[in-house]
Amino acid sequence: MENILEVKDLNISFDTYAGKVQAIRGVNFNLKPGETLAIVGESGSGKSVTSRSIMRLLANNANIEKGEILFKGEDIVKKSEKEMRSIRGSEIAMIFQDPMTSLNPTQKIGKQIAEPILKHQNVSKKEAYERAEELLGLVGIPNPKKRMDQFPHQFSGGQRQRIVIAIALGCNPDILIADEPTTALDVTIQAQILELMKELQKKIKTSIIFITHDLGVVANVADRVAVMYAGKIVEVGSVDEVFYNPQHPYTWGLLSSMPTLETEGELYAIPGTPPDLLNPPKGDAFAPRSEYAMKIDTMEEPPFFKVSDTHYAATWLLHPDAPEVTPPAGIVERQKGYRARVLDVQPSEGLKEMSSQDAEDHLRQTDSELSPDEIATRKDKEGETVYHGSIL
Amino acid sequence: MEASSKNRKKILEVKNLKQYFNVGSDNEVKAIDDVSFDIYEGETLGLVGESGCGKTTTGRTIIRLYDPTDGEILFDGTRVHDLHGRKAQLEFRKNMQMIFQDPYASLNPRMKVRDIIAEGINIHGLANSEEEVDQRVEELLSLVGLNKDHASRYPHEFSGGQRQRIGIARALAVNPKMIIADEPISALDVSIQAQVVNLLMELQKEQNLTYLFIAHDLSMVKYISDRIAVMYFGKIVELAPAEDVYNRPLHPYTESLLSAIPLPDPEYERNRKRFTYTPREDNGEEEKMREIAPGHFVLCRESDVPKLQEKLEKYSMAHA
Repeated sequence: MENILEVKDLNISFDTYAGKVQAIRGVNFNLKPGETLAIVGESGSGKSVTSRSIMRLLANNANIEKGEILFKGEDIVKKSEKEMRSIRGSEIAMIFQDPMTSLNPTQKIGKQIAEPILKHQNVSKKEAYERAEELLGLVGIPNPKKRMDQFPHQFSGGQRQRIVIAIALGCNPDILIADEPTTALDVTIQAQILELMKELQKKIKTSIIFITHDLGVVANVADRVAVMYAGKIVEVGSVDEVFYNPQHPYTWGLLSSMPTLETEGELYAIPGTPPDLLNPPKGDAFAPRSEYAMKIDTMEEPPFFKVSDTHYAATWLLHPDAPEVTPPAGIVERQKGYRARVLDVQPSEGLKEMSSQDAEDHLRQTDSELSPDEIATRKDKEGETVYHGSIL
Repeated sequence: MEASSKNRKKILEVKNLKQYFNVGSDNEVKAIDDVSFDIYEGETLGLVGESGCGKTTTGRTIIRLYDPTDGEILFDGTRVHDLHGRKAQLEFRKNMQMIFQDPYASLNPRMKVRDIIAEGINIHGLANSEEEVDQRVEELLSLVGLNKDHASRYPHEFSGGQRQRIGIARALAVNPKMIIADEPISALDVSIQAQVVNLLMELQKEQNLTYLFIAHDLSMVKYISDRIAVMYFGKIVELAPAEDVYNRPLHPYTESLLSAIPLPDPEYERNRKRFTYTPREDNGEEEKMREIAPGHFVLCRESDVPKLQEKLEKYSMAHA
């Protein structure tokens, strides 16, 4: 299938008092319609800058030094601010990390959801508000009619993130960029939001670029994964390839330093800290922290080596002349077929299978006017199964 | 683990602790609602729960940053909140230290690292001369993996992981017996988290420290803790050895929490089911912590006990 987005040799620097910070140093990737690409990396690796450059939301001191961002074949880098305004929020939409600050506290949420629809689509105000109400229901906020007239502070964190999603989806965007959308949320709420995003993606067939540092979340949502380190993509592949057959020592380190529920003994830790991008190191940027570094890593930057048609990694270890190395123990086990044991939770009374429409943790449920019957009918309509366990 | 804990000394006993805010007003909050647990010397007790469940408040009340509404806290056999006078309080603060979540906000930006770490040493009079202080600071810095040149710098010159190491050095400066670590790794990057966790575990081994480890990252808590307490809206709902909490969860909330942990394993993620928890309606029966198996406590009603025991048996059969 044709790519909806192609990023080619993107280089971005920031002017600072200390000098030029080379935040993005030659990033290439593409995005197919309907797929979810996760970009993982630590803070400062350039994942957020990459995504913001696609929306052209970079700070004033940022320079796109070179490269192209082709959206439906047209270069975003060359577009005027006016042209960008018609793309932003309509063809490419974004969800930010912090649902507390990305909503306007002084505007009713109905207005905030209707705004992009009114702006980008040729509809009447009434139609826009109807669509907004529909969206609010779609993202699992109960009683949308009433909630349209409320302010952000009347919603919990999870609900606010749902509203942000509703705003982003208002114009059926081709690409949805989600920058750490669940980092500020609790695990149970996070799980609901991820379910919701996956379900909505199926419905409206948008492509998602999902930016996160949480590998557990990546494993859950992504079709493909790009691992970023020091302003570069070091490994890219399908989610199974990257998690079960990782090739780059940095990916090995990341996967090994997260304990699974069965990890014992000392935890594998990547030594040192990421490099300073004021003066990016020569060669492989990860070499100073890697026990697998070879002499060539300090001299020349590794190109992408092909592992499979969809899997590439930028490490000299894949060069035919490189010596055989044994990855950390946890990685060897993954390659051999180790999988996390599915917890045999025996659901008891008071537990039901989570659905993306579970609006919120009941205790923070501010919408008490919805009777249990109403909730039940709403669920029935949507044909959801509610699990009732028998034990306890 | 259960057998050995019987012979071990309880370093901290929390009995029926209640911490209410805005008492008497309409918006009274029961942040901690009748919580009891013990911590044994040299162990790590993990305290997990969602934001707002009262886990941070519990840590802060224990170290006497708050005065509890009711209940008592015994540290080494003495009631923490009955300590009067500068000397007794100093002694307590020397023995119990805290590591905070935010490595950016918890270090004074206008103090040099040396002075941040030396503050406790000076207050408690643990050194006889300035040279001795310097030497001790140097030791502490190398203990946490920094070097002595760092002593003359200010906090802003360090990365998040390094700052958290400074916070750890500051806590260790007074040779505490117990450390309350409130989400010490949540603000750090994945690759740095492992470094700090390894450091904490190493220090525990060397100095026989006791930790109360407060966190919401369940896989890390499982890794670091000997026992885990699961908190839900001001109450501990389950308290058991770490293995049991994960392999034999009995309280439905624990199950729902476990079912929501994202693991870096795509196949697992595709196959797992997630559950949401809704508390049962109150039927008038008293709910309290009951010991279902040795060392495994669950908040339940008397009538639940046979069902829970049956459930435990099912787990044993499933694991065998």
